Amino acid sequence: MSQSVLYDAPGPKARRRSLIGSIVGIVLIAALFWWVIATLAAPRISANDAVTPGMFDPSRWDVLANPLVWERFAGGVGATLMMAGAAAILAILVGIGFSFVRTAKSRWIRVPAAIVLEFFRGMPVLLMIFFVFLVFSTGAYWAGVIGLGVYNGAIIGEALRAGILSLPKGQREAGLVIGLSTTKTRMIIEFPQAFRQMLPIILAQMVVLLKDTSLAYVVAYDELSRTIQNMQKALGNNYVFTLFIIGLAIYLALNLSLSWIARVVAKRSGPQAGKLTPEDPSAALGAEGTRAITLPVLERDRPPRRPD
Amino acid sequence: MSVIDSLIDVVPLYLEGFGLTILLLLVSGVGAFILGVIIAAMRISPLPSLRLFAVAYTETLRNVPLLLVLFFCAFVLPILGVSVGSDPKVGYMLLAMVGLTLYTSPFVAEAVRSGINGVPIGQAEAARSLGMGFGPVLTLIILPQAGRMVVPPLINVFIALTKNTSVAGIFFVNELFSGVQRATRDHGDKVLLMLLFAALLYLVITIPLGQAAGYVEKKVRVLR
Repeated sequence: MSQSVLYDAPGPKARRRSLIGSIVGIVLIAALFWWVIATLAAPRISANDAVTPGMFDPSRWDVLANPLVWERFAGGVGATLMMAGAAAILAILVGIGFSFVRTAKSRWIRVPAAIVLEFFRGMPVLLMIFFVFLVFSTGAYWAGVIGLGVYNGAIIGEALRAGILSLPKGQREAGLVIGLSTTKTRMIIEFPQAFRQMLPIILAQMVVLLKDTSLAYVVAYDELSRTIQNMQKALGNNYVFTLFIIGLAIYLALNLSLSWIARVVAKRSGPQAGKLTPEDPSAALGAEGTRAITLPVLERDRPPRRPD
Repeated sequence: MSVIDSLIDVVPLYLEGFGLTILLLLVSGVGAFILGVIIAAMRISPLPSLRLFAVAYTETLRNVPLLLVLFFCAFVLPILGVSVGSDPKVGYMLLAMVGLTLYTSPFVAEAVRSGINGVPIGQAEAARSLGMGFGPVLTLIILPQAGRMVVPPLINVFIALTKNTSVAGIFFVNELFSGVQRATRDHGDKVLLMLLFAALLYLVITIPLGQAAGYVEKKVRVLR
């Protein structure tokens, strides 16, 4: 067991106290769960003496035997993934574009880009999707893809810009010194390093994007959330809890596996540019309890560099 | 109708929506802050069971879309017997506040935790070597320093919350986004104008918050 720097390695007395505390905690949490499950399972009697069965009653779960329901779920997942995939590609392209114009040499490019970026970052995605849908009449799918792509692209663009700015000055100077043009230096020296550096943030943004596909609900795109609601309308309120739990499980599975992939990729090819960061950031920052989300710390330690 | 007329026409609708958006932001913001700090404290506490609970809570809520959380609050909670009064307008508002609070709290917790982790390890070690226990180390040494660093990411969480309040519009809350939906229906010929007007109102909240975050970030950087 690794120890936190915030408290002592427990002695026999503290260990006993902590054990008792843990047991009390587990009992309390278990009691909470038990209460929730019992409340869910209890049949309900409404005002007109009609008895509705508890949430775990078989009559509420028998829909799951119907392959048609699973087909609908699969369709919803497919639609969600299709939108997320296309939006992710668009977001990365938009983000790369933004990071270039935002670090451009000329003020006439940089300042308008900053304004556009602020505009995109300050607007709700929901409004953005709705905007694309109504103004450009693209149809539901493309409205979602473009809305999500542009919004997340703006955020990825800022991350990439931060990555470019956090590179050591010598990288750029070395590029210029061997005779590359400023554009070429940016393209083949600075940008690849910044991209690697920011890969964890970009991947984290992909999880957000995957979640936000549910907002395409508003333009009547039949992704997973809307599929659930359509089924609720079709099957009646009796199955709402069942459908909700299945939907929850699917979303959790999708997002957690994406987060897991993000973590693996980040570990394999994360920040290694010029070995700026220590091999294992958590080792540098200390033990368990203060394992950092390391980025703010590492960024702060580096002197900020302005675009010239 | 001329452009000005239709703009004047939607002003009351938008102002009501804007007010409700701010109300949602304030109530859920405060709620999420309190809940988030508690979760963050559990996350770094010496008790493994509390840590486990905090991790499970954070991971679950962070990986579920807001739409589903609000769906749970608006449709599943009433079926489970949570009553919110007879007025459906107030009821859906309260449910949306609960949903937004729940959804935002893990992000607050992560921001607070990252702030605590951002305090150099030597600070805690120095305090510990003076003989301070967990409580004093946290309250006298770590939190006062973490507080400063937490502000910028916390403001970013609230910016996200501002934008997220729009999702409540889908669940029968008459906030700004539902106002937009109505305005674009009523003024089908001036859709672009209606949308830009609403976007402006959102930007009125988010851009100053963003500027504040940037300002504080710069201050903190100088202080260190």
